[in-house]
Amino acid sequence: MYETVLQLAVNIVVLSAIYALIACGYVLIYRVSRVLNLAHGELMMLGAYLLVATASSFSGNPILAIAAAVVLSLVVGVLVYALLMRKMTGEMALAAVLATVALGILLRGLMVLIWSAQQRYPGQDLGLTNMALALPGGARISIFAALLVLATALIYGGLFAFLRFGNWGIRMRAAGQNPLLAAQRGINLHAIYALAWGLSTLTGSIAGMLIALDSGLTNSMVIVGLKAFPAALVGGLDSLLGALVGALIIASAEVLSIQYIDPLLSDVVPFLVLIAMLIVRPWGLFGTREELDRV
Amino acid sequence: MSDRMPRASGYFRTDYAQEIALTKTRLERVSLVVFIALLIAFPFVASAFYLDLATQVFLAAIGSLSLMLLTGFAGQVSLGHAGLLAAGAFTAGILAKELNAPIFVTLPCAAAAGALLGIVFGLPSLRLRGLYLAVSTLALHFVVVYLGGEYETKRGFSTGITIDAPVVAGLRLYGGKVWYFILLAFAAISLLICANLLRSRSGRAWRAIRAHETVAAALGIHVAAYKLLAFVISSAMAAVAGALFAYYRGFVSVEAFSLFLSIQYVAMIIIGGMGSLLGALLGAAFVTLLPYLIEAVMQRLPNAQTYADVLFAVNYAAFGVVMIGFLIFEPQGLSGIWRRIQGYFLLWPFKQKPITGGRK
Repeated sequence: MYETVLQLAVNIVVLSAIYALIACGYVLIYRVSRVLNLAHGELMMLGAYLLVATASSFSGNPILAIAAAVVLSLVVGVLVYALLMRKMTGEMALAAVLATVALGILLRGLMVLIWSAQQRYPGQDLGLTNMALALPGGARISIFAALLVLATALIYGGLFAFLRFGNWGIRMRAAGQNPLLAAQRGINLHAIYALAWGLSTLTGSIAGMLIALDSGLTNSMVIVGLKAFPAALVGGLDSLLGALVGALIIASAEVLSIQYIDPLLSDVVPFLVLIAMLIVRPWGLFGTREELDRV
Repeated sequence: MSDRMPRASGYFRTDYAQEIALTKTRLERVSLVVFIALLIAFPFVASAFYLDLATQVFLAAIGSLSLMLLTGFAGQVSLGHAGLLAAGAFTAGILAKELNAPIFVTLPCAAAAGALLGIVFGLPSLRLRGLYLAVSTLALHFVVVYLGGEYETKRGFSTGITIDAPVVAGLRLYGGKVWYFILLAFAAISLLICANLLRSRSGRAWRAIRAHETVAAALGIHVAAYKLLAFVISSAMAAVAGALFAYYRGFVSVEAFSLFLSIQYVAMIIIGGMGSLLGALLGAAFVTLLPYLIEAVMQRLPNAQTYADVLFAVNYAAFGVVMIGFLIFEPQGLSGIWRRIQGYFLLWPFKQKPITGGRK
């Protein structure tokens, strides 16, 4: 009994880390440019496939392969902004969201065409073995899941510090608060938006890579990306802290309902929580109501 | 009255009835009659394959018209259109399977189920502006698909529900030609419903909301009520389209209602052109026919067999490219292109519209 509870707690922590790491991408882009990025799941999967690609060229050197994939994902994010989303700035919010939908379906097609639809194991390609660690108390966690929790903690710490103290972070917040005034103070909005897209794709890709290392890479990863969206919204779409809390809520609801009600519920529960949240408090736990009103 | 209209080019309207008339010129009326005659003659010359294509276009048209009403006119994005279609299809399928309900019971029930979902999932969008409908409809899709899948597995129809051909007044509705005319009629009725809604108070209210919610409210429009109305009508129409789809195919399964289907409907209204009913029809035709076009092209390529597995991926990519292309280069869509061609001939030999107010 005690062991089950502990194992459940570990599962919840790992799943919240996954959702939180993905959700911060939604939050970054939304907070800075008020765009709902519905291609985030696909971009995250692209990050995982980039690792597959670099794994085959740097097979002997896992660290180098991961580093190369991470840098590439940053480039992908910036390119997405420069080539597509830049053309949508100043258009209606609707057009920008639809553009991300289109980008998502395009990426999904391209990824199948390039890497085929079969399951991939970049961990094996890199010669890494995924062992289970025994935690005190009898619960188990795989190495990559533990790494994922660690990465989430580090990235959130880094993002909080960056947005609070970094020059570019402060500019990002300014652009999010009032783009017109920010531009008039000499902040390069296009550079800020590109940076937000880059960072968002980067964090999402890291999540994608670690999930792929942990449990393999299939097309269903897009669904994981979509399920992280409720986490971002429940916490408040413009709040990083909210994304963390939202991820915890969504992950707990999902793990507990799988354990005690029905495993098939796993795809629905995040969205049920989302609906409940939208009805009770649509701007989320930590979101600002005034800002959302302006959309 | 129409005979007395001036022959010169330009629009000369003298009363409000002319402004909201469904057809405005004699040419429009004549071409409409010719078009309807062609549509009626089509099944007698076309092969079964083309008949099926046309029928699919009509089905898609009902769905895209309903989405156009919501997104193109009221300005609310819906990403759960497939969920609404699934809701209609499953309502009809379950009623037909469990209760042997006739089609004139299942269709209204499907519409009611769609309207109910519209109310429940439309409620969050009332409290805040912005893209909340997009979010809640995404949730709707997952919930409906889950419920449908649960029903399939719990009742033992793991591959899907088969539906017998409906019987109306002793006649079994079966065969390509029969369904062609049924769906043509439904598509025509949907078009009329949309056109009538749009040229009346509700249509003006939706356009105002889309342009600016605060201004619309200041004009005395009940923003929340009209938003919800748009979503309810749209959902009910989509659910009916889903039910008709179920009857036409004789088969309901959750696999048919993927997120990709929702994206296809979004593609229809983007490609067709936001804020145009003609666009909804053109978009429905384009999106329905594009996969067949791609397949035909791919079969012409050398070693066509090797591409067969990735056909769906090519479709995905093609839809993405086409949608992005229209969003960036032609936001008015196909209907915008059509309007530009019209304008070219209308204004010829001039290129620009004269400045309004210059001549009264």
